[in-house]
Amino acid sequence: MTHTSDVIEMKVPAKPEYVGVVRLTVSGVANRLGYSYDDIEDIKIAVAEACTNVVNHAYEENQTQDDMHLSFSVFEDRLELIVADHGGTIDINKLKKERGPVSRDLAIQELKEGGLGLFLIETLMDKVEIRGESGVMIIMTKFLQGDEVEPHAPGISEEVPKQQ
Amino acid sequence: MNLDINVTETDKGHVAFISGEVDVYTASKLKETLNPLAEKPNSDLVVDLSDVNYIDSTGLGIFIGVLKSTEKTNSTLKLKGLNERVKRLFEITGLNEVIDIEVDEREEA
Repeated sequence: MTHTSDVIEMKVPAKPEYVGVVRLTVSGVANRLGYSYDDIEDIKIAVAEACTNVVNHAYEENQTQDDMHLSFSVFEDRLELIVADHGGTIDINKLKKERGPVSRDLAIQELKEGGLGLFLIETLMDKVEIRGESGVMIIMTKFLQGDEVEPHAPGISEEVPKQQ
Repeated sequence: MNLDINVTETDKGHVAFISGEVDVYTASKLKETLNPLAEKPNSDLVVDLSDVNYIDSTGLGIFIGVLKSTEKTNSTLKLKGLNERVKRLFEITGLNEVIDIEVDEREEA
C-alpha cells in the first residue's frame, strides 16, 4: 500500500516562456525523490511536451482564461504528474491517431512536423492517461524503478524495493 | 533558459552552432535562423548540437521542416555533436532514419 505524502501544485500562464519554468520545477521534485539522471530528463521532456500541447492548442487567442494547471503527486514509489487546461473539448481519438514516430517509408515532403509530442510522452513515461471533458488532462506516472514494473500489469506489485 | 545560435559560412554553405535549450519558447528563433539557410539552393547546412543539453518535439519538428526545405532546394542537412540524451530522442522518434547525423569520432575510434 502506497499513500500520497506530498502534492506540489502550480498554475502558470499558458505561454511558451513558462514551459521552461515548469521543467525546472519538476526536475527539482524528481531529483529530490532520487530518480536517475536519465529518468529525470525523461520526466522533464514528458511534462514539457504536455505543457507545449497546452500552449499550442488549448486556448483561442481571445480567450481570457489562459492558464495551465500542474499537479505533481509524490508517492513512495512513483511520481504522478498532471497537466491540465480548460481549453474546451478536443477530439482525443484524432489526437491519438496522429501521434507516432517518424516513418522512414514516407517521402521527406510527407513527414509531419507535429504529432511527436504525445508519442514521446507515452514512450518516456510508464503510464499515461488522457482525459478530455471541459479541457484536456494528461496524467503521467513514472515509477522510481521503472524497469521493474510491467507497464500493462493489472496491478502494481506491492513489493516496493527499499530505497538505499 | 536561452538559446544562442552562431552561424559561420563555409565553402558550400553554413555551419550553425547551437547552444542552450530548444523548446517551445526558443524554437521560433531556431526556425527563423535555420530556414533561410536551408532555402539557399545547392548548399550544405551543418547544425552543430554539441552544446545543446535539452531538446523536445518542438525542436525535432523544426529539423523536419528544415530537412524539407533543403530537399526542395537540392541542399543537404547534417547534424553533428549530439550528446547521448539528444541522440536518444532522435532514435526514439525515428528521425535518425531520415536525417543525416554525423557519428561522433570518439565512438568510431
